[in-house]
Amino acid sequence: MSLILEPNIPDPDGFYDELLRAHEGLTDDESEAFNARLILTLCNHIGDREILRAALEAAK
Amino acid sequence: MVAVRYETAFKLYPYEKVAAQTGAVQRHPVVIVGGGPVGLALALDLGKKGTPALVLDDHDGAGLGSKAICFAKRTLDIASRLGASASMVDKGVVWNVGKVFHGDGNLFKFDLLPESGHRNPAFINLQQPYFERFLVDEIRNAQNAGAPIEIRGRNSVSSMTQHSDYTSLDIETPDGPYQLEADYLIACDGARSSIRDMMGLSFDGRVFEDNFLIADVEMKADFPTERWFWFEPPFKNSGQSALLHKQPDDIWRIDFQLGWDIDRDKELDPERIRARVDAMLSSQAGSVPEYELHWTSIYTFQCRRMDTFRHGSVLFAGDSAHQVSPFGARGANSGVQDAENLAWKLDLVLKGLADDSLLDTYATEREFGADENILNSSRATDFMTPKSKVSKTFRNAVLDLAGRHAFARPIVNSGRLSVPCTYDGFDLFGPDALSGPKVTRPGATCPDAPVKEGYLLDHLNSGFHILSIGEDASKPVTSNGITANVVQICTPSEELRTRYLGDEPQAVYLIRPDQHVVARWPSFDEKAVADALSNSIGKGA
Repeated sequence: MSLILEPNIPDPDGFYDELLRAHEGLTDDESEAFNARLILTLCNHIGDREILRAALEAAK
Repeated sequence: MVAVRYETAFKLYPYEKVAAQTGAVQRHPVVIVGGGPVGLALALDLGKKGTPALVLDDHDGAGLGSKAICFAKRTLDIASRLGASASMVDKGVVWNVGKVFHGDGNLFKFDLLPESGHRNPAFINLQQPYFERFLVDEIRNAQNAGAPIEIRGRNSVSSMTQHSDYTSLDIETPDGPYQLEADYLIACDGARSSIRDMMGLSFDGRVFEDNFLIADVEMKADFPTERWFWFEPPFKNSGQSALLHKQPDDIWRIDFQLGWDIDRDKELDPERIRARVDAMLSSQAGSVPEYELHWTSIYTFQCRRMDTFRHGSVLFAGDSAHQVSPFGARGANSGVQDAENLAWKLDLVLKGLADDSLLDTYATEREFGADENILNSSRATDFMTPKSKVSKTFRNAVLDLAGRHAFARPIVNSGRLSVPCTYDGFDLFGPDALSGPKVTRPGATCPDAPVKEGYLLDHLNSGFHILSIGEDASKPVTSNGITANVVQICTPSEELRTRYLGDEPQAVYLIRPDQHVVARWPSFDEKAVADALSNSIGKGA
């Protein structure tokens, strides 16, 4: 399996709304820390080092 | 004295003195206040069903200036049912290609690739005054054919008294005041509804702290018929976002999002506006094409709605009941859907075929629709104007990725085009006994599809219908004095099959007068259809 770069999230507007709501009330530092935790959680879910490496590249 | 609040683009219903101004007070079944798209659509719909409708408007035609410019497929389908869509589609501009820019960069281009098998396009750009004019043209045709519709221009409601089952109104005219009474009063009088104010009803919601500068420019030059949207436009002093799209008559609508702390008078200086427009147009073309400023304005907006759209025999429809941000064209489009929802219910109630409580479902269904529209337009606004540092970081990350990776493009939000809501789980719908496509589940509007000699929706245009697809014939069903006639389609087109059958060999649908699916079954069962029909007018199964 390779990194998915085609749309893959159902109801993208709903997802985006939920993502921003998770940050509501946080300071900038808290938001940054939250994002780091979120990335690490998602990376663990993915697990596959090839895919994670491809994602690091895609986001550059 | 009837105050003139705005200039009119077209004089459609000039003031004429009527006998009722001097005689005894007359009672009307339906009085509609406001002759905009919503009031006119409602009057036309009622009149074509034979239910009298009187429209009062304090002007004598369609107001000039910036109003709705984008009419979506559902609105055009409603206008088709009312006989008014051909001139709209003919006059309107259809576009499919959009470009999204971020700063200097062209992020991506999209082609809407319209789905095949629909009579009407996904949407058209058309100035609201034309929309109103075409509705009035059809009202005149209907009147000539005997439809009981009357429009009284320059009739302004100065005060009202609500009684238990009717409302009395004081009307001002150029010839002085008179009174009339309404069994049902429908307020289609816009976001600044005077009826709502007279009744002291609140209209709460969220104010967006932003100013938008609109410039409608007339440009004869050859310029592509595309929608261009900029996030953080690179041209000088152009604010947070900018939008360019085409209307009929060589008019281009340009929007600049200027922010909150601005000097309105200064921003409306034509020289300053021209400087912005020059910068925008030359950013792609390389030079400034010849153009004229046609109309300019600055607006702010709010998302709000009334707690309930029904107050006894007074009902609110369109902007008087709910107001949304302009992104996604959900104002006039949702208002016309309000009118359609209300028309058949009022008609049945006034003919004694349904109880007055059916009108409660107008309120619950359309309040749900308004909430969905407000949610969608608020999300678009939040994307365009991030409210915090982290939301701006995410927004710009989405834009950055969208330039390189397809996955981020669906998240880019410069307005989601108005589509009708589906009344999932509402009282008047069901059952869903067919393992059919999701798109046509009970509560949804019927998607169009080709049928022999024309389009499906053309056959679903007069009351309740039983849509019977396949070889097994259905027969008309009557319940509580209402008959649902059969539209039998033995050999469905590919599109009809995809939208209404899925993997099923045949299907039977019960469809409301507003072309929403009530219920569906794998085969015809007279009792089941009668029960669903009864339930759909609020009389239980």
